[in-house]
Amino acid sequence: MDFLLIHLLNAFLYTAVLFLIAGGLSLIYGVMRIINLAHGNLYAFGAYVTAWAVGGMMGQGAPTPLLYLLLPAGAVAAAALGSVLEPTLLRPFYKRPEEYQLLVTFGLLMILEDVMRFLWGPYPLSASTLWEDLGSVSIQGSLYPNYNLVVIAIGGVAATFLWAFIYRTRFGVMLRATSQDMRMASALGVNVNRVYVQAFTIGCFMAGLGGAIIVPSQSAVLGMGVDALVLAFIVVVIGGLGSLEGALVGAFIVAVVREAGITFFPEIELAVLYLIAALVLLARPAGLFGRA
Amino acid sequence: MSLLVTKQLVKYFGETHAVDHVDFTVQESEVLALIGSNGAGKTTLVNLISGLFPPDRGQILFHGADVTHQSVHDRIKAGIARSFQLVNLFDQLIALDNVALSIFSRGAKTGKLFSLAARDQAVWQEAFEVLRLFGLEAKAGALAGGLSQGERKLLDVAVAYALKPKLLFLDEPTSGVSTREKAPIMDTITAVVRSERISAAIIEHDMDVVFKYSDRIVVMHQGAILADGSPDQIRNNEAVTTTLIGTTAGSPPSRAGSRPAPSDDTSPRGAGDARG
Amino acid sequence: MSALAVALDTRSPARVLAWAGPSAVVLVAVPWVADPYQAILLAYGLIMAIAALGFNLLLGYTGLLSFGHSAYFGVGAYAVAMMVKYLKVTSMELFLVGAVIASVLVTALFGFVCVRYTRIFFSILTLALSQVLWSLAFKFFWITGGTDGLRVPTPSLLGVVTGKGDKIEFLAHAYYHYVLAVFLICVAVMWVIVHSPFGKALQAIRDNETRAAFVGIRIRWYRWVAFLVSGVFTGIAGALWVPLNGLTTPEVLYWPFSGEIVFMTVLGGFRTFVGPVIGAVVFNYLKTYAVGYTVYWQLLLGVVLVALVLSLPTGIVGTAGRLAQRWKRAA
Repeated sequence: MDFLLIHLLNAFLYTAVLFLIAGGLSLIYGVMRIINLAHGNLYAFGAYVTAWAVGGMMGQGAPTPLLYLLLPAGAVAAAALGSVLEPTLLRPFYKRPEEYQLLVTFGLLMILEDVMRFLWGPYPLSASTLWEDLGSVSIQGSLYPNYNLVVIAIGGVAATFLWAFIYRTRFGVMLRATSQDMRMASALGVNVNRVYVQAFTIGCFMAGLGGAIIVPSQSAVLGMGVDALVLAFIVVVIGGLGSLEGALVGAFIVAVVREAGITFFPEIELAVLYLIAALVLLARPAGLFGRA
Repeated sequence: MSLLVTKQLVKYFGETHAVDHVDFTVQESEVLALIGSNGAGKTTLVNLISGLFPPDRGQILFHGADVTHQSVHDRIKAGIARSFQLVNLFDQLIALDNVALSIFSRGAKTGKLFSLAARDQAVWQEAFEVLRLFGLEAKAGALAGGLSQGERKLLDVAVAYALKPKLLFLDEPTSGVSTREKAPIMDTITAVVRSERISAAIIEHDMDVVFKYSDRIVVMHQGAILADGSPDQIRNNEAVTTTLIGTTAGSPPSRAGSRPAPSDDTSPRGAGDARG
Repeated sequence: MSALAVALDTRSPARVLAWAGPSAVVLVAVPWVADPYQAILLAYGLIMAIAALGFNLLLGYTGLLSFGHSAYFGVGAYAVAMMVKYLKVTSMELFLVGAVIASVLVTALFGFVCVRYTRIFFSILTLALSQVLWSLAFKFFWITGGTDGLRVPTPSLLGVVTGKGDKIEFLAHAYYHYVLAVFLICVAVMWVIVHSPFGKALQAIRDNETRAAFVGIRIRWYRWVAFLVSGVFTGIAGALWVPLNGLTTPEVLYWPFSGEIVFMTVLGGFRTFVGPVIGAVVFNYLKTYAVGYTVYWQLLLGVVLVALVLSLPTGIVGTAGRLAQRWKRAA
C-alpha cells in the first residue's frame, strides 16, 4: 500500500506524456481526417532537440536554471517541422485514396528516423541534469523525483490550455467547424488550408512537447518514435479518435495498465495493453468517447 | 399474402424522425413508386428493409418470415436486392465482372479459392445475358468506372437484378440522367422486372416517370406514409398535391394495355386518406 | 468474335504462359551461367518476391494496407529455428510444413482482430501487432535467442540432397533450384487464387465494400481468409530465408522490415499481379548495393517511397505498362 501513491504518480506522469502525443494525433485526425504515421517520430524529434539544446548549452557552461528555459525547444522545433511538412508532403494527398496517405506518412516515418540518426547518431542523448537538479521529495518513505511532479503539472496545464483554446477561442471555433464540415466551413469563409496547417502544427507541437518533457527522465533513443506511435494508437482506440477527453481518459488507462504491467508482469505488458484495447473495441468500436 | 410487410417501423436519428411508425407493404409482381420530398424518409425506409442498419422498433416481414434483424447476406439470400442512388459499382472491374459477381454470389461460388473463375462458362453466359437484357452487352469488357452515367445506372440495376431477387428496390434509377435517356432506361427496367414477375419498389422524383410506370404509388412525408394508392387516386389526392409542391397534377399519357389494372384493395387507406 | 469471348479472352492462361514460360527457363539456367554469388543473391530476391506476392493479395486485391507483415515472415523464420533447436529437424519439407502451421495460427488470430476495422485502423493495428511479436521475441530471449538469434544449419532437400560438403555450392545450386521451384509453385497458386471467384470477390470488396455486401458477400470472412493466405505466403518466404541466411534474429520482426515489404511492392506496382515480384527482385539488388554505400538506408527508402507515391504510383510494372500502351498507339 505504501507504494500505491508512487505508482499512481508514475501513472500520472505517463498519462501526461501519452496525452500530449495521443491528443496531438487525435486533434489532427479530428480536423483533417488523416493519421500521420510519423507522429511518433515528431515526439522523438522533440526529445532529441531538447536533449541536444540542453546538452549544448550545458557544454557552454550555462547555469542550470537557464537550461529549463530550453525545455520547450523540442516542442517548438517539432511544430516548425510540422508546419513545413503539411503543405509540402500531406496536402497533395487529401484528395487521393487513403492508401497513398498512409504510404507517404510511412515514408516520412522512415525519413525522420534516419534524419535523427544522421543529426544525433545512434546513441542515446540525455538531458538528465534537469531531472537530477530538482532533487526529490520524500513520499511515504521513498524518494520521488520532483521533476516528475513538474511533468505532471505541465501535463495538467497543457490539457487545460488546449481545452480552453479549442472551446473558448475564435480559432477554436474555426477548428471545430472545419472538423465537422470542411466544405461548409470553407463556404462560410474559413481558410481551410490555413486551419489545416495550423491544426497540424499544434498537433506536432503537442507531440514534441511530450518528447521534450520526458527526455530529462529518460534519454532520447532511436526507435522511441515507433514505440510511442504504437502506444498512442492504443490510447486513441480506447479513448476514441478525434476526442480530446478520450485522449485523456485513454492515456490514463494505458498509463495505469503499463505501470501495473511493469511492476507485475514486465514481459508481456505490451500484449496486455493490446488485450485491453481489443476488449474495449469489442464493446465500443468507436472507443469510449469516439464519434461513430 | 403480401410479399413484404413492415409493421410500425421506426428509425430516429437523434431528433430526426426519419421513419416514423411506417406500415409499408409490397405485393407480388407489382411495380410500386415510392415518392416524397427530400428527407421524407424514402431512402431510410429502403435502407431498413435491405438491411443496411436495424430499426429502432418495428418489424419487417418478408414472405411471412421476420427478417428485421437478419444480416444483409441473409436478406439477399431470401430475395431482397437493391440498387443505389449514388451509383455503387466495382469501378475497377469490367461490366461483365460486376454482374458475374452477383451470379457467383448467388450460387455460393465466391468462396472458391482454387478454381479459375474464367472456367465457369455458365456464369459468364448468364452474366452476358443479363447485360443484353439491359442493353449493355456492347460494353461487357469495359471498366465500370468508364461507362456513361446512364450506362452506370443501368449496370447498377443489372447487378442487383442478377441476384434474381423477388423484391428489388431501385433508388432513383434515373437521377443524374438526361431526360432523353430516362424513358429508355425505365422501359428497359420495367420490361425486365415485369417479365420475370419481380416486384419492384422505385424511389423516384420525376413525376412523369412515376405516373407512367407504376401500378401503385406510396407517398411519404416527414417519415410517415401520407398516401397509398393507384396513380389516379394519388393524382386526385389533395393532401398529396399540396405537400409535394411542383407535382404535375396534369394527366400523363396512360400505358396501352400492358399494365395490370390498378386494384383498389391493395390500399387499405383508399383515396384521400391523409396522415399527419 | 463475340463481345463475351473478347471480354474473357484477355484473361486466358495461355497469354500468361507466353511470358511466364521463357522467364522460368531463364531463372532455371542462372546457376549455370552466373557465378554462385549471383545465384544466391537472386535466391534472396525470389524469397522476398514470395513475401511481396502474399502481401499484395491484401493490398492490391483486397485494398488492405498492412504495415506488419514482418510478423509473418518472422513467424516462418522462427518456426524453422525452433524446429532445429527443440526438435532437431533437418528436413526442408518439414520446415515448410512447420512454418505454414505456425503462420496459419498467428494470422488466424491477428487477422480475426484486424479485419474488423477500417483502413487506417487496420494499418496501424497490423503495425502494432507485429511490434508485440517483436517485443516478445526480445523478452523471451531464452527461447528465441534474443538479439543473438538462433542458428540454422543447411537443411536436407527432399530427403536426398544434404548440405554436407561445399556450402556455397549447395546454396547456389541445389538450394537455389529448390527456392525457385517453391517460388514458381507460389506464383501459380497465387495466380489461380487471384483469378478465382474468391479473388473476384476480394476485388469487389476493395472497390466498393458496401456494394459487395449488397451482392451477398460477407466482408469480414473474405478479408480474414485473404489475410490468412497472405500471411502464409509470407511465412513460407521466412522459412525459405532462414537456411539461406544461416541465422534468424528479431530484426526480421521489426517494423523497418515491414516497411521494406511495402516499399518493394509499391516499387514494382501494387495494382498488377507481377509488380510485387519485379519490385522485390529489383529492391533486393538495390539494397545489396546501396547498403554498401550508406548507413542511412532508411532515409533512402523513405525518400524514394514518397517520390514513388507522388509521381509514379503505379510502380515499375504499371508505368512500363502505360509506356508500352502509348508506344503501341503511336506505332
